Amino acid sequence: MRWEGPKTGDGTIGEMLAWGGRKADWSKKPDARVWLDRMAEKGWTAPTWPVEYGGGGLDKDESRVLAQELARIKAMPPLSGFGLTMIGPLLVDHGTEDQKKRFLPEICRGEIRWCQGYSEPNSGSDLASLATRAELDGDDWVLNGQKVWTSYADLADWMFCLVRTDTENKHAGITFILFDMDDPGITVRPIPLISGYSPFCETFIEDVRVPRDQVVGGVNNGWAMAKALLGHERNMISSAFSEYSSVNRVVDLAREYLPGENGRIGDVHRRDSVAALTMDKACLDLTIRRSGEAAKLGQQPGAETSIFKYYATELNKDRFSLMLSVLGPQALGWEGEGFEGGELEITREWLRSRGNSIEGGTSEIQLNIIAKRVLGLPD
Amino acid sequence: MSLVFNEEQKLLKTSAADFARKESPVSRIRAFRDSDDKLGFSRELWASMAALGWPAILVPEQYGGLGLGLTEICCVIEELGRNLVPEPLLSNALLGSAAIIEAGSEEQKSRLLPAVVDGSGLVALAWQERKTRYDPAVIEASASSSGGGWTLEGEKVLVWDGHVADVLVVSARTSGAPGDRDGVSLFLVDKGAAGLKITRQQTMDLRNAAVLRFDSVELDSDSLLGKEGEGLAPLQVVIDRATVGLCAEMMGSAEAVFAMTLDYLKTREQFGVVIGSFQALKHRAALIFIELELSRSALMGACEAVDSAADNAAEKISTAKARLSDTAVLAAYEGLQMHGGVGMTDEHDIGFYLKRARAAELSFGDAAWHRDRFATLQGF
Repeated sequence: MRWEGPKTGDGTIGEMLAWGGRKADWSKKPDARVWLDRMAEKGWTAPTWPVEYGGGGLDKDESRVLAQELARIKAMPPLSGFGLTMIGPLLVDHGTEDQKKRFLPEICRGEIRWCQGYSEPNSGSDLASLATRAELDGDDWVLNGQKVWTSYADLADWMFCLVRTDTENKHAGITFILFDMDDPGITVRPIPLISGYSPFCETFIEDVRVPRDQVVGGVNNGWAMAKALLGHERNMISSAFSEYSSVNRVVDLAREYLPGENGRIGDVHRRDSVAALTMDKACLDLTIRRSGEAAKLGQQPGAETSIFKYYATELNKDRFSLMLSVLGPQALGWEGEGFEGGELEITREWLRSRGNSIEGGTSEIQLNIIAKRVLGLPD
Repeated sequence: MSLVFNEEQKLLKTSAADFARKESPVSRIRAFRDSDDKLGFSRELWASMAALGWPAILVPEQYGGLGLGLTEICCVIEELGRNLVPEPLLSNALLGSAAIIEAGSEEQKSRLLPAVVDGSGLVALAWQERKTRYDPAVIEASASSSGGGWTLEGEKVLVWDGHVADVLVVSARTSGAPGDRDGVSLFLVDKGAAGLKITRQQTMDLRNAAVLRFDSVELDSDSLLGKEGEGLAPLQVVIDRATVGLCAEMMGSAEAVFAMTLDYLKTREQFGVVIGSFQALKHRAALIFIELELSRSALMGACEAVDSAADNAAEKISTAKARLSDTAVLAAYEGLQMHGGVGMTDEHDIGFYLKRARAAELSFGDAAWHRDRFATLQGF
């Protein structure tokens, strides 16, 4: 399966990639299904996971070779989603043997799609204030509450969720729990965004019974699990971010809409902005690479995640903002006549990009983290 | 090649850091300024640096040097930049002697480089004129052939450490007009040449520099460095590498000014608390930190590209200089603002850093100039 790399807009990304799960519609991409099955057979959807759980059992170097070879032939990732990148790695490290046997093979084969239940209407940047309750009744936890900004909850089969099991302790009263979204007590409502897309949902949880053995990492230990998961998210973020804000598209667009002589960008101000953006991206890529090399030598300068998160998302916002400037009045379209498909897409993606510095920890929270943990500035 | 320092480089960096801390606090340049010191640096300290092998880092081994790379010299320059150390390492190693290494004949190299290695000889590069800005082809100084030799006319400005150089490498036109790519030649001029007047320049950031005036200076035929009319290419190579050296210096001084600022944020109290507890200042400090990290990556990327002779080295160099220019000025501007009134006083060191940050930004191409060059190199 060849592809040209990810697009950031939510309108297009889902159509290409294989997300798996019970609700997956393979009819429009039967090849993706074959590719997924073939790769899963070899354990290469999760190359570094142990073979007994459906992984490939490769070490880091072998897995890098595999990734390079797949990139070389421009192969589409066989499977995408939170199962592989988030909950799976957490279970590998912290799951019980039963949990690993039960969930990891299903994840590797793309049979279940996962969503993340973290944010709540009153718990955004202050996530640890979350209030969705879990109360023990016999051998089950009974869940009640509401989650928000749940990515693709309408397409997911299972949720990994943070719930409150102790109201006396803020961070130490949170538990990490897994449950099936098929429960009649779950109601999912997509949230239309300013872009017109609905990649996020509200999830209402009403008297949902969850067996005790679906707690990960122990009762009241959910915050530690969330932080451990953040470590996996970091790997994902740094590799995702180097693809994330490709600048070639901006250069091509500026040449097309603001033509100058000999392939140059004709407008000197925009040319300067495009050069600045291209250099910023190069510096981000170098920083990601440098951090990887330092990590290999056991040097952990700390707060890389916050630097990457802050910088990559701000850069992506700048990128789309600049593309809008380059399009000029042709950026004004919403749909229909008079605008090219690519123009309409950029406008939607620009709107979507404004949320990049809000989701997953706002830019301001990242700066707080750097100020506190790296610079040692007092509260 | 790597973006992180290896053990040898770390050792070099630590030894330079120790040296700068013990031997050359920032108070030295203040003392040189206040006493109207004729040199603006110390020959004794320069001899100590030479004993440590620093001027020899880039000199090939066959001339007695260490034959190391740009990354190594940048390790040292960065640490000296932290304390604004005034000894002529950058000018000598990355401009003057670098031009001899890049363009010189075997005879010229064998004759001149041993003195560079042991620190007894200083070489400066005279490439800028009042209208040059950042393009070394924009020069009016001329050399006309006369009696088998050359006659040099014109003026060079901002010749770093030109007031103490024993040998000057001078760019002059042997044909063409200012801006032409052809017709630039390089010459070796002795400091005592008849008709050469060397005057020290007073720069706002206290970097030692000189104006050179050439009034019918007669040169021998063997004073030509490289080929007649083809001096621009090697000159550009030298300037590009020196630009990375300047970036390393800026990296060190930007980190120093940030450390100074952080320290102030943690100690200065207003409204009964340290001002570093205010979120408005925390966020700005965190932003500077992010810029410093990206700048470090850009600097390491440029060193790596030059030392591995990468095809896109010029792009990497422009990326580094653009980023370091913006970051150094940001760190100094924000640092002064956060220091409040005391930052405006001459008594406080931060003023030296602010002046150096902008002076370095405006040397060897500012951020906008390097973005333009980068875009041109990338074909847009």
